[in-house]
Amino acid sequence: MFSNLSYKTQRKIIITSFLIVPLALLATFSFLPVANMFWYSFTDWNGYSEKEFIGFENYKTVFVEPDYFRVFAVSLYYFFATFIQMGLALYFATILSFKVRMKNFFKGVLFFPYLLNGVAIGFMFLLFFMPNGGLDTVMDWLGLGNFTTHWLGNPDVINISLAGTSVWRYMGFNFIIFLGAISSIPGEIYEAAEIDGANRWHQFRYIILPSIRIIISLNLILAISGALSAFEIPYIMTGGANGSATFVIQTVDTAFKYGKIGLASAMAVILLFIVIIVTAIQRKYFGEGGD
Amino acid sequence: MKIKYTLGSIFKYASLILGAFAAIIPIMIVFFASFKTGGEYTTTGPLTPPMDWLNFENYKRAFVEGNMLTGFKNTIIILTISIVGTTIIGSMVAYVLNRFKFKGSKLIIGAFLLATLIPGVTTQVATFQIVNSLGLFNTIWAAVVLYLGTDIIAIYIFLQFMNSISDSLDESAMLDGASYFTIYRKIILPLLKPAIVTVIIVKGINVYNDFYTPFLYMPKTELHVISTALFKFKGPYGSEWEVISAGIMLAIIPTLIAFLALQKYIYNGLTSGSVK
Repeated sequence: MFSNLSYKTQRKIIITSFLIVPLALLATFSFLPVANMFWYSFTDWNGYSEKEFIGFENYKTVFVEPDYFRVFAVSLYYFFATFIQMGLALYFATILSFKVRMKNFFKGVLFFPYLLNGVAIGFMFLLFFMPNGGLDTVMDWLGLGNFTTHWLGNPDVINISLAGTSVWRYMGFNFIIFLGAISSIPGEIYEAAEIDGANRWHQFRYIILPSIRIIISLNLILAISGALSAFEIPYIMTGGANGSATFVIQTVDTAFKYGKIGLASAMAVILLFIVIIVTAIQRKYFGEGGD
Repeated sequence: MKIKYTLGSIFKYASLILGAFAAIIPIMIVFFASFKTGGEYTTTGPLTPPMDWLNFENYKRAFVEGNMLTGFKNTIIILTISIVGTTIIGSMVAYVLNRFKFKGSKLIIGAFLLATLIPGVTTQVATFQIVNSLGLFNTIWAAVVLYLGTDIIAIYIFLQFMNSISDSLDESAMLDGASYFTIYRKIILPLLKPAIVTVIIVKGINVYNDFYTPFLYMPKTELHVISTALFKFKGPYGSEWEVISAGIMLAIIPTLIAFLALQKYIYNGLTSGSVK
């Protein structure tokens, strides 16, 4: 029946019918929340009350009351961990792109943690960091028994433990992306370089690094936004206790535990702005055709 | 030169082994603990293997008392609907936007791309009110509509892949009198198969491992998925780490099987899915 219509009519029908549901979903669940969030952020809404306009009051609270802004400091741990994560990923991707025994085994093992369920990882590391748990035992073996501490109880190290868990979880992803990018460099280039007497370090420095520069910067930006919005690992493991609350944990608690939707919206808007600025910087400097 | 090489490869293998250890040890500890009895767990070290490798008591308790069965059931239902839905929606959008240029088509592409920039966790405060007012709170549809409406990566992947499907196929089908719908259904969709595999993998990982969507939107016990069912272990089994360990292993095993079976597709899927 449909095929009896002229292509002009068909075109109209197919454009409308194929786009209407996806666009409705996009508008309702991606854009409407953002719009509402802006609106809520200027009100004192608690989820039930009348929404009363209070101007920039919520934003002031976030920036003035140290309890709200201090959590950004926690992001710094995740931010620095990001660089370690990238470094490890790049290192392993580079050595595994050359000849190595049991390549597939190492590749699989290093990557596998990324596939795991976040709650499973959180619990796994609760066990790992427990007093006399996995980490303490390994350190005892290495003769470092004196340096053990309450990994998740000591406020000085808790964020390092959690950021470390996050590195364990996400390193494999960057690793596999880097490995893919490196393997798309044609093999002849290395051969030619070897004839010219280039060693491994030269090959890395002058062939690999320039070819995957864009991928590295893209991953770095993704990881930085990820660090700012760190949530799952600390929420599952500590619930934000002992000074491990991240900005997103604080936001979620403000909204769902304390019912301050207006204030939480202001926090979310601030985070959204930061992430958009970071992404915009990336687009500007490393975007398509930027190299 | 020779010595330098050997020194280099010692360092190389040492670092690889160290990396592999770091990746495996946390998992191994949980694996060991899951076979230990309560008394054995408290008296032996975490890296001591269990006495009885066939002690499945903890697994039984985790599976039955721990509600993991419901978790698996709900996860499979949500996973299936989301993957089928994403594939249909994503391919339809990609087909229309790639093949027809019309007023506003650029704008629509832009809108979909813009949506990928919004970090999901941040907007939950407002999304929650919408889901709630639609009456979807505490139904599996909350998760389904959010996975379909906010995770736009599939559209990206399909749009990119559409470029490699030649227009001339459409044109010759049109000479035979095929309708646009037939072209989509009989030509485009089958040719999108490699992209569909990528979408299934990327989406599958995201949905299986997602925590905050089911946690915020489906707190009801009957609606627990793997993540939330496991998360609940923290309370009642607080000190029974051998049972929690069995629960962790139950959540990991399907991932391990999928990984071993689909390794190549997973590597390719992630590599092609992430390069924008």
